[in-house]
This record gives sequence, structure tokens and C-alpha cells, in this order.
Amino acid sequence: MSAFDASSPASPRPLDGVRVIELTSERCALAGKLLADMGADVIVVEPPGGSPMRAYEPFAGDEPDREQALWWWHYNTSKRSVVLDLDETDGADDFLRLVSTADVVIEAEPLGRLDAAGLDWRQLGAVSHAATGAAQPSTDAGRRNERLIWVSITHNGRERPDPPATDLTVLAEGGPVWSCGYDDHTIPPVRGGGNQGLQMACHYAVATLMAALMWREDSGRGQLIDVSMLAAANLTCEFATYFWLNQQVDVQRQTGRHALPQISEPTQVRCADGRWLNTGVPPRRGPEFVALSGWLDELGMAGECPYTELLKLGESYEQIDILHLDADPLSAEVFGAGRDTINFLAERLGAHELFVGLQSIGLACGIVYSPEEMLTDEHFVARGFPVEIDHDGIPVTYPGAPYRFSATPWRATRAPRLGEHQDLLAD
Amino acid sequence: MIDPDHCPPNWPNPDEPGALAGIRICDFTGQLAGAGATKILAALGAEVIRIEDPVRQGKWDILRGTQPFVGEHRGIEAGGSFNNHNAGKLGITLNLRDDRAKELLRDLVAVSDAVTENFAAGVLERLGFGYEALRRIKPDIVYVSNCGFGADGPYGSFRSWGPIVQAVSGLTFQSGLPDLPPAGWGYSFMDHTGAYYMATAILMALFHRRRTGQGQWVDLACIEAAGTLHGAASLDFTVNGRPARRSGMPNSNRSQSPAMAPHGIWACDGDDEWVAIAVRHDDDWQRFAGAVGEPWTGDERWARLAGRLAHEDELERLVGSWTAGRPKHEVAGSLVAAGVPAAPVLRPSERIDGDPRTRDWGLWVTVPHSAVGDTRVEGLPVRLSETDWAIGRGAACLGEDNQYVFGEVLGRSADEIAELEADGVI
Repeated sequence: MSAFDASSPASPRPLDGVRVIELTSERCALAGKLLADMGADVIVVEPPGGSPMRAYEPFAGDEPDREQALWWWHYNTSKRSVVLDLDETDGADDFLRLVSTADVVIEAEPLGRLDAAGLDWRQLGAVSHAATGAAQPSTDAGRRNERLIWVSITHNGRERPDPPATDLTVLAEGGPVWSCGYDDHTIPPVRGGGNQGLQMACHYAVATLMAALMWREDSGRGQLIDVSMLAAANLTCEFATYFWLNQQVDVQRQTGRHALPQISEPTQVRCADGRWLNTGVPPRRGPEFVALSGWLDELGMAGECPYTELLKLGESYEQIDILHLDADPLSAEVFGAGRDTINFLAERLGAHELFVGLQSIGLACGIVYSPEEMLTDEHFVARGFPVEIDHDGIPVTYPGAPYRFSATPWRATRAPRLGEHQDLLAD
Repeated sequence: MIDPDHCPPNWPNPDEPGALAGIRICDFTGQLAGAGATKILAALGAEVIRIEDPVRQGKWDILRGTQPFVGEHRGIEAGGSFNNHNAGKLGITLNLRDDRAKELLRDLVAVSDAVTENFAAGVLERLGFGYEALRRIKPDIVYVSNCGFGADGPYGSFRSWGPIVQAVSGLTFQSGLPDLPPAGWGYSFMDHTGAYYMATAILMALFHRRRTGQGQWVDLACIEAAGTLHGAASLDFTVNGRPARRSGMPNSNRSQSPAMAPHGIWACDGDDEWVAIAVRHDDDWQRFAGAVGEPWTGDERWARLAGRLAHEDELERLVGSWTAGRPKHEVAGSLVAAGVPAAPVLRPSERIDGDPRTRDWGLWVTVPHSAVGDTRVEGLPVRLSETDWAIGRGAACLGEDNQYVFGEVLGRSADEIAELEADGVI
């Protein structure tokens, strides 16, 4: 499709000319990456010895090395790195000079650390115009950058306690863990993978700071954005929250499907090759039964499938009312036959064949891929999702753009080496 | 361009416009993956005009009129999820089978900054409002489409919703315990997160337009957005050739990246009561051992991470023997006091109505709704010092803002609007 030609190094990006200073932390690294990959000049400030993320497993070649940490590579694409010791006068002075050139600061420091060093929003940001703004010292007006947008990511905001916390504990007390796991409640509930407790807060931080950048275009003024990780997790729980807010009922976790107040039917089926498929909602409408019967015929399995006659009955339905199957035994039987037919097919077909086959006849379903299987699937390869990023002559494949912009495409370069851009302090 | 200080008619305090005051969104989104995005924009001050089909009573959005219902109310105005995802927006109806509705839509696009939708790929184009058509109406329009598999590609006709997005992207696979089926996410995590990406994409495209005058189309494929969320796991495959599909994996209650142990969720006193504990490093282990105070914590094998990882199964059993029979709040409280990350697994009832931290943040907002009265909806997990978010109203009833939008915004007379209504155009 011509609207989405691959980007070239010359393509403009939406955040060209926006400078961001990021104090390195696993809690805000994704926020900086989202901005950097869309053109912002993100300067990540690392302490002497490097970001803690440089010590996280796994490493390229499995050799612990601060330049080979894959976590660092993934979350710090397109950024520049400087090393500053904020506890020393020189480092603090350099930080102040960087901030004076910046549009945005993103930090997730322990509460009070920057304030004690005189390096916080309270000392460096615009004097608040809002009546409810936190009191700011009035000294050192010369250090203030009236246009600065300061994003602070903490456990639960700058005014509240800052307990030791990780992705796991945020997801546990923030709600997501309660909804994830298995039908058998003697098995512990499950933390969803991928550090999403850290990433949720980053998503809200970036959307909000984009709004603040828009506002600054007219007002000329920056502001403080105070982000709560605990609140972000609380707002990423879907039905668990809506059932409580509206019906005051707690949902119950169920294997591989939505947590709900009541127990629902399974939606995952294991296929002939051992892989799983999420079946979605089985056929409900007449044309869907027609299509499913047709595919059984094509596969030459109609004769051995014990549900063929019931599928024929399904063809006459406009739509089976699946919320009221109790009241209509025949509809329940026909609906069950659609589900049983998908299970019948799963016993005979691999997950990918079943996935493509069902989707091709209009039945929404999804193969349960591992990350590498998604990254190498023909659809996402054809769309250009996996990208090669140059590592000093060696191409490395990464997950690519989360969105395709027609005029200002996403583009990434490798994460910086420690202090790779120290020279920019001399400018 | 509308007045930069323009507040939507339902904005609670016109003296304090939101950060996005003056931005107007012509919004076809629904469900959560789309509607969740424009809800954020509305809370930040944009005028979001959500368009629904009067013939189908807006039920393309399956959340309109489905459970959980608001209290004892039932019907198309009582869907609690719908009310949440559409709070703060305006609502109009357009029957796009009728040419007069298409004319109204063209007029609305002409005075909007962005058009947003999360139909299946190609639906808006078949209605005559694909990107090229939108651009002819307004050359600098920002158009953001959001669907599971994206606007093109071999699976371009495939359909999806949250659980399917999560399955295909690898997120479901990565959430579970060894030798068990995928646990996945017990809800449409990617409807939330797809909405976050969509909100960001809309604003980045609007920011570019603000600075250059150039509009564009953003094709958001939720599965691709999800495919960026695995952290280092994808690179472990592309760089080291180590697939996530391997023996003993996933084991997402443990922490392989970065390596930590003990790290997991253990049973406490009571029915379905659990605590999460993360011992980040050897210093945390010393604090943990001090807080637990049992003889087994003195075993030399546990002092270093390598030893804790080498005997992780045994260590987990010992931790479980300590948490069993103890109240989850007490376990978490004693560890946090010692400096070790720990937290009870909270139920919805506990975190919404039992946790003063979410209440004090103002996370649950009571807003009026024209049909079902006061309802509670979600706020935002951010506070802005100069232009804070606000939500003045629940979701619009079907066509609730037709008078304002067709009259004040598009300049139709009361008589014309009455006729459009009588003819089933709106």
C-alpha cells in the first residue's frame, strides 16, 4: 500500500526538534523510547558505571557485559547517552545546563532525591499558575525553564509514600494479577508477562505529555505531570473494575479467558500439533454455520464429523441468542455443535492451519503464538513489522513500529553505549 | 481551527480549559480498544464527537447495553463498560445509508482535527470515507484507524478483539506457569493498551500537524503494538536464537529478566488470598531473612543469587511455608517495612473501595448520566499542574448531543434538525 512506504533517513518525524532529558530507570525507559523512535532527541542520563538495566539478563552471546544487555538494547533505541554523577557538583551543573536546553524531563527517581539536590521540578520548572499547585521555592529564578514539561513517574504520585516495588508488586496490588490465572484456584494467580506494570505508566505518561506539548504551543508554558504506577495498573483491569463499579461484585479468574463473576466456557483449544488456539466466540449466525459446513466438506471431514446435521440446522438461524441458551434447548444444542466442531477440527489440524482456515471463513480466532513466532509470521513480515537495526555493521532484528504513520514514519537506531554522547556536554 | 480555549459543552469548568481545548475529534471508535483512546483525549479537554448508527441503536459497540449494567438499570443506556469508555464525550447519530447523513459527516469532518475509528479494516472506506476521501474534505486531516491485524497484509481481512490480539501477539503465551495451558491475561489487556497507543498516535500526528500543517493516516495494528511489549524476549530469539517456546517456560511469576529469586506469588491465610514478593538482589535477601526470622533463611545457599536460582523450587516451598496461615496484609507489610518489595494480591473490591490510595488520588469519579443518574467511572492516573484532566458527564445517550452538534457546530436550523430526525437520518 502506497500510503505506508518504508521510512527513509530523510523522512520527517513528529517529534523532530523536541529535546527530552531522561534519567535512566526501568520505570520510565519505555516512555523515552516511544518519544525517541518518533524523532525526539532523547538524552538518557546514566550514573557512573551505567544504568542498572545494563546488568539485566539476558545478554547478547550470554556474556554479562554492560554493552550487551538486551533489555538495555530494547528499551533505549534511538536515544543518546551521557554519564553524570548528580551527587557531584560538576554532574549537577551539567544536568542543569542540559535541562535549560530541554523541552521535557522524564524521571522516576526515588521521591525526594532530586529535591534534596536542588534538581527537581520544584527548583527548575515554571512557577505554577494553578492555585492548587504544590508550593515552590522562589529562589534561583534564573535556573527556571518556563517552557519545561516535567514528567515524574512514581509508585503513587509525588505526594504519597514510595514503598519498594517492582513490576510484580505493582500488578499484584494494582489489580491485574487478580484476574489472571487458572480455573483451579489452588494454583496461584499469574503475573502477565513482559513488565507491563512498568509499561502501563509509561503509556499514560507519553499520551499526557503529548497533550502538554500541544498546550504549550499556544500558552508557551510547561507544567508538571505526576504519574502514578499504582493508578495506571488500576485503570488497566477492564471488567474486574466495571463489575465492581457497577454491580459491586468481584470477578473470578478462569484459564485463558476473561475473569467474570460467573464461570464461562473454555475458549482455548489444544490443536493436533500441541499448540493452542483461542477460539473466540463459536458460530452464532446462519452464514457462519454455512461457511463452517462448507469448510468441513472441503477438508473431506464432513462424513466423519458427528455434528454435521446440527450444523445444517444452524444455517437457518439469523443469530443464536447466546445469553439465553437456557431457555432454548435446541439453540443450545446447535450452538454447542459449532463449538464441538471446532474442537473436532483441532484434534485433526495444526494450530496455524485451524487459525487461518477459521479466519478465512469469517470466524474470528487467534493462534497462541510465542513472541518469536509472531515476529516471523508472514503477515507481520509482509507489513514490515520486524525491522533490522544496525549495530555497527551487524544487523539485528527488532520488533518494529507499534503504529504506521504515513507521513512521519517510526524509525529506530540502536541503543547508545555508555556515555557515547558525552561530547554534547561540551556544546 | 476552532478557538484554542474552546471547551466542550459538558466540560465541568470552562474557566479552566483542558490541555486539548480547541481540538475536535470526529470519532467512530467503540468497544474499549478505540473508545478508550478518545476517552483519554476527552478527559484532557478535547471535544470528542462520537458518531453512532441510529438504525442499530449504536449496538455495533457490543458494550452498549451489555453487562455489567449500572445498578438495576437495563437497556442500551445502562452498559457500565460503555458508560466508562465514553464518559466526557458528546454523542450524535448518523444513518450513513442516507446521503443527507453523509453530507452532515462531510461538514463535521471539515471542522474536525482528526477522524478516529476501530472498525474492521476497510469498513470506513466502503462507507465512502477512507483516507483519500477525508483528505479531499479537509487536506490536513489526521486519520487514525485501529484494528487487530492492520489495514493491509496477508491477514488483512482477519478479525479480532482483545483476547485474539493477545493470543497472536505472544502476550497470552508469555503469561502462565510451566506444564499448564496458557493463562494469558484474564481480560482484554490489549484493548486498554491498544487504546493507549491510539491516543498517543493521534496526539503525535496532531502535534506534527500543528507544527507543519501536514495531516496523515496512522494505521494502528493492535497485534503489532502488542508485539513490541515483550521486552527482551524477542531479542533473546533474534540475537541468541533462544525461543520463548522452550522447556520450563513460560514461568511468568518468576523473574528471568532481570533474574531475581525468590520472586512469585504465595498463598496466605484465607480463601484465595495471596501475596507477591520480589527479592531483587542479595541485599534484599538479607532484609527478607531478617523480616522472616526463621532458621531456614540462614542456609548459606540462599545468600547469593546464584544459589537461590539453583535451588529455586526448594526456596519457593520454604517461602510458601512461611506465608501459609499468615494474613496477606501482614506478610506484605512486614516485608515492605524491611525494604523488600511485596504486596497483597488485591481483589477489585479491595483496591477500589478498600484502598485509600486510589480514593485519595480521585481515581473513581462520580459523574451524572442523563438516563441512569450518578455513576462511577475511571479517571486518569496522572495529574497535570496547569491543565488537569476532568470528566463532567457519563456517556452520552443515543443522539444526546444532536442539537448542539448539528445546530451550533454545523449551523443547521431547529426545523432542519427536526426533519432529519423525522426522516431517520439522525
